[in-house]
Amino acid sequence: MSNTPVIRDEELHAYVDGRLKPQRHEEVKAYLAAHPDAAEKVRAYQQQNRMLHTLFDRVLHEPLPGRLENTPPAPQSRRLFRAAAVIALSLLTGGMGGFLLRGEVTHTVTVAEPFTGRAAVAHAVYTAEILHPVEVGAEQETHLVQWLSKRLGHQLRTPDFTSFGYQLVGGRLLPGDKGAAAQFMYQTSTGARLTLYVSVKDRGMEQTAFRVQEENGQQVLYWVDDNLGFALVGDKGRNQMLEMARVTYEAMSF
Amino acid sequence: MNYHTLAEHIPSLRRYAIALLHDRSRADDLVQDTLERAMKKFSLFVKDSDLRAWLFTIMHNIFINQLSRRREIADTDGQTAQHPSAQNVAEEMIVARDIMNALQQLTDEQRSIILLIGLEQLSYDEAARVLKLPVGTVMSRLARARERLHALLNDEAGPQLRRVK
Repeated sequence: MSNTPVIRDEELHAYVDGRLKPQRHEEVKAYLAAHPDAAEKVRAYQQQNRMLHTLFDRVLHEPLPGRLENTPPAPQSRRLFRAAAVIALSLLTGGMGGFLLRGEVTHTVTVAEPFTGRAAVAHAVYTAEILHPVEVGAEQETHLVQWLSKRLGHQLRTPDFTSFGYQLVGGRLLPGDKGAAAQFMYQTSTGARLTLYVSVKDRGMEQTAFRVQEENGQQVLYWVDDNLGFALVGDKGRNQMLEMARVTYEAMSF
Repeated sequence: MNYHTLAEHIPSLRRYAIALLHDRSRADDLVQDTLERAMKKFSLFVKDSDLRAWLFTIMHNIFINQLSRRREIADTDGQTAQHPSAQNVAEEMIVARDIMNALQQLTDEQRSIILLIGLEQLSYDEAARVLKLPVGTVMSRLARARERLHALLNDEAGPQLRRVK
């Protein structure tokens, strides 16, 4: 019960895994605030856990292969029902032509668009990068935008998120499904990061209004226009993400 | 217990097996073997104990046995057991593939520990039971495994990731 608790290395891991008692959790949290090195480690390990979930959680929602299917339909049908409900809801909200997503479509039992999965993985990977979060930094913004526009074959623009507290960090080129994809990264003064993923539209991508998907606590707000698919990934609340999506939409369409 | 109770755990057993083996068909083999053995051994399952940890223990035992068998085969063949490619797991995404590669570069035990705790969210006690190790050992090996994965992703995988142009 001292004011300067000694934190053992394994407690940092227990912190990452949410295995500490509440009081100890708070003590470690305070310790991390004062020890950037330890905080950096913890962030990296938390990121590992998130990456694993981003990569493998989709397995949970896959239909089982036939040979494992000897199972009674109970859990399966519940899942299907939920999937059907999600599809029905998104059809509804899409069909209304509304810009706003009104339904509670946060369950992602359906993999809406493969490109949102790629956006989420790219987010997890590069927001964790300390040294090289971006290929081209914001100080060369004009060059960055020209370069990525050229590679994607469409004029891109960097939305201005300063009113939300986010500054452009820079961007990078990534492989998309068919062609190239671009990732822009933004950051607040406290280091919270948000990414905008832009992918060339391919045949599999249907034009949509704004949709929300949640992947491990990250909100993925995505939409597909005539030529490009966009996905904003961050951990802000849905309303703010929606506002930012709107700013992006306006920036990209002049 | 019946298949009902078991069935609830199949998706997470599959998730773990796919992440562990990096090969879907071998992963499904492993899940199937696990379920079959669990059904047979159910009389040994102590009621009220943790079914999920018990299933992971069975899976881990089968995995370990297969590993040693594969090693023997590899020794006689004079070649090492290869993980066949698993494009459908990694999707086409290079970033995902790099994480997969980094995971595959861990030792089997390191990978098991990281996946059981980080992905399947077993408690340290449960993981220790599954792996038949003292809790302290699990924790120190977890620390080492995470450091190694971090190094692989940042130092070794880093340049690869950045080469993506």
